Amino acid sequence: MSQIRALIVDDSSVMRKIVERSLRQAGLDLSTVYEAGNGAEALGLLDTNTVDLILSDINMPVMDGLEFVRQLQTIPKLKGVPVVMITTEGSESNVVQALSLGAKGYIRKPFTPDQVKEHVLPVLGL
Amino acid sequence: MTQFSENALPTATFDRPTWTPLLELSTREVFEIMLTTQVHPYTEEANVKDGEFTALVGLAGSICGVLSIRCTDQSARIMASKMLGMTPEEVDSDSWDALGEIANMIAGNFKGKLSGVGNHCMLSVPTIIVGTDYESRSLAGGNTIESIFDFEKKPFWVTLELHE
Repeated sequence: MSQIRALIVDDSSVMRKIVERSLRQAGLDLSTVYEAGNGAEALGLLDTNTVDLILSDINMPVMDGLEFVRQLQTIPKLKGVPVVMITTEGSESNVVQALSLGAKGYIRKPFTPDQVKEHVLPVLGL
Repeated sequence: MTQFSENALPTATFDRPTWTPLLELSTREVFEIMLTTQVHPYTEEANVKDGEFTALVGLAGSICGVLSIRCTDQSARIMASKMLGMTPEEVDSDSWDALGEIANMIAGNFKGKLSGVGNHCMLSVPTIIVGTDYESRSLAGGNTIESIFDFEKKPFWVTLELHE
């Protein structure tokens, strides 16, 4: 995969920027980065845009990351898009639930760029 | 110390000697990992007016209360710049958001260090207050842990207020 279109879902604009920077530091060639502040906004973006990778926070207003992943799995064209969850520490039950709903991996906050690389590249088969 | 009652939800018993260093460790870890900055205790007398930016995160479940961070406008701006790899001048409203995220990560890191609590304690999305002209009342019968750290020669407060 040469150029990657990514969607970053987080209610914090700072965290979205940090995740994007970490993806670039991980060596990913990002052609487009879409941003959404919650799951509902993300689903709206995905109506008209195609992405290769989704990184999503869990704890968000309006629609949280777990419900977002659950809804993604019901949309045939989006079901195969790899999703990596971003979560605070001490939320193992959320992580287990996200993985059972279809997420392919998770990153715990706080995280280093190396940890982003370690968790994201495998789900892209890189 | 965590005690498991007969109910499904484990309840954490407040233990100041154990919890205070854990909260301080969580703070140091978040600053080291996300800001590549080491923070140490503030040794001067802290002026309450240096707490003009406050970020609050609620905790509900095995432990219930509020974790807050207070610092100066300039400190919040520098924290955001370090998180984003920008200069402080390039940071705009991101400084509010950054402080909220720091509070969120400290709260998450801290509850993860309390055995048995992490999975049974939810965090709220952060709230930001600007200004010092407000009063805060301690939670009735609750306990408070407060540590003051040095960031760029200015104090910042990390406070955990818990319901009984």
